[in-house]
Amino acid sequence: MNNAAYFGDFGGMFVPELLVPALKQLEQEFNKAQQDPEFLREFQQLLNEYAGRPTPLTLTRNLVNNPKVKLYLKREDLLHGGAHKTNQVLGQALLTKRMGKNEVIAETGAGQHGVATALACALLGLKCRVYMGAKDVERQQPNVFRMRLMGAEVIPVTAGSGTLKDAVNEAMRDWSANYKTAHYLLGTAAGPHPFPTVVREFQKMIGEEAKQQILEAEGRLPDVVMACVGGGSNAIGMFSDFIEEHDVKLIGIEPAGKGLDTAEHGAALCKGTKGILHGAYTYIMQNSDGQIEESHSVSAGLDYPAVGPQHAYLHETGRAEYVAITDTEALEAFQSLAKHEGIIPALESSHALAYALKYAEQQTQETIIVVNLSGRGDKDLAHVHQVLSERGEL
Amino acid sequence: MSRYAQMFSTLAENNQGAFVPFVTIGDPNKALSVEIIKRLIDGGADALELGIPFSDPIADGPVIQSANIRALADNTNTEDCFEIIKQVRQYNSDIPIGLLLYSNLIFAKGIEAFYRQAKEAGVDSILVADVPLIESKPFRRAAQNVGIEPIFIATPNADDDTLRECASYGRGYTYLLSRSGVTGTETSAQMPADSMITKLIEYHAAPTLLGFGISTPEHVKAALDSGAAGAISGSAVVKIIEKNIDEPNQLLEEIQSFVSQMKAATIR
Repeated sequence: MNNAAYFGDFGGMFVPELLVPALKQLEQEFNKAQQDPEFLREFQQLLNEYAGRPTPLTLTRNLVNNPKVKLYLKREDLLHGGAHKTNQVLGQALLTKRMGKNEVIAETGAGQHGVATALACALLGLKCRVYMGAKDVERQQPNVFRMRLMGAEVIPVTAGSGTLKDAVNEAMRDWSANYKTAHYLLGTAAGPHPFPTVVREFQKMIGEEAKQQILEAEGRLPDVVMACVGGGSNAIGMFSDFIEEHDVKLIGIEPAGKGLDTAEHGAALCKGTKGILHGAYTYIMQNSDGQIEESHSVSAGLDYPAVGPQHAYLHETGRAEYVAITDTEALEAFQSLAKHEGIIPALESSHALAYALKYAEQQTQETIIVVNLSGRGDKDLAHVHQVLSERGEL
Repeated sequence: MSRYAQMFSTLAENNQGAFVPFVTIGDPNKALSVEIIKRLIDGGADALELGIPFSDPIADGPVIQSANIRALADNTNTEDCFEIIKQVRQYNSDIPIGLLLYSNLIFAKGIEAFYRQAKEAGVDSILVADVPLIESKPFRRAAQNVGIEPIFIATPNADDDTLRECASYGRGYTYLLSRSGVTGTETSAQMPADSMITKLIEYHAAPTLLGFGISTPEHVKAALDSGAAGAISGSAVVKIIEKNIDEPNQLLEEIQSFVSQMKAATIR
């Protein structure tokens, strides 16, 4: 057992023996890169000049009715690629080159990680193939086209539920065969060690920037920081620099789908139990035999029956609180932000926003909320249009 | 002497290698699965490798994934698997029975409780597909406490220290892998490097069984020629189930005949 692989009891490297050397190689190369000024400079340069960092922190003007509350949005939706995913993908793509590999394997749910991977591979001259659940290929067509435009091969996965979980399975199988030449560029802060750590370190600028920006704007830290949680990369990126700031409340928002009292949700922390999926010991959705259950969410990017191990740890220790928002509530927030602020958020981020709006209403003291608006909603337009039409709300 | 030790010793006396077929318990359904496993024995299998179906078998290729899906579609759960193993154990008290499964199925029941139940059902060894040596401590401890032999995989990309650990922690047999990838006949078996077998012998590893991509008697013969003590064949067996799913009688006959042919190739 490798202590660095664990957050309390959570995490680990539960993969076939064949993959252990590849994970160790990644861990070593990552540790070296973190100490290498040339690597850090190149990463920073890509973030600034290519991806568009730092992203702004926007105070909402019309969305919140409670005069005691200020709601700020960390605008990862403005990042190149349309979501926070681009940050860590650039880091891992640079690591791929450092390891002397020229191919990248990725999985994607909403397609945001796939798009980010495709753009980084196009930029850095890497060959890219992306596994995507067949159901997600259907509901995220624009992203499929984006990936293909940028030269990535998109491989639909029909096994199982045809969503993110199955795409991860397939990507891991591919990696087992091709680890010598290919890097598995995992898209979230989940999976086997060192991925949860690598992804957090390559996403933590979200929280670092937000902290500096809120201090400039308000002269103090926020009362609460919120982010949606599927696998948990945007949330851990946002939380990371605030974990030691004990006066700042951290809230992660999981997808409640059709309701936490139904079987159709994706809230691994709120409703799941401890177990092992995709290489990590964490909270997962499973039956009493340990068979993994299929998750559900209107948002493809949150439709995942596990969660990153550091979130499991933050949940268990009580440092962060995890709540859930239904499909319907997320769709309302999606429309509200568009209507009142002129920003169309991703359905994933709409979950965090929906909870922030609920939370804002309840506050009786001066309260500053920062929400990570992890992505923009362009990719969701057709899907939301269809859902709202079916509900007779258009 | 353990059943594996007994098996290897008898095979050596008779100048034979081991042929070990794999099937997923409950494939294509629970009732037929029992008959299939009995036919594996009737066909001359030296040991059995049996899988408990799992929803997310990341180390398996498409053929065994489908076997998992069929077994789960018949609602095969862990209790059912132990019931089936008990029936097989009653049918044959000497044959070594290995379980091959994924870690979450063990965690769900509690590691020690799971190993105990397996032992009571008549299981000799357990290989956890997604527990590498580095995470194996609690599993090894449970195995030791209840008298189950823990199986580890010697991979072609393992360094010397890892092979040494594999040799020192493994009991029963060593699962020898000579190619990368997942299970399946899409990629044929490659024969292990001599140096790997030499090292495993030097480190006093349990006898080696070569797996992944073994589908013909020629593969079995080549495996033995390369120095392995035997060969494991999974996807090729499962393909026979898949192909004859509507013809149970033919399915059983083909399975038995396939095992006989593969076993015949182990006679040196």
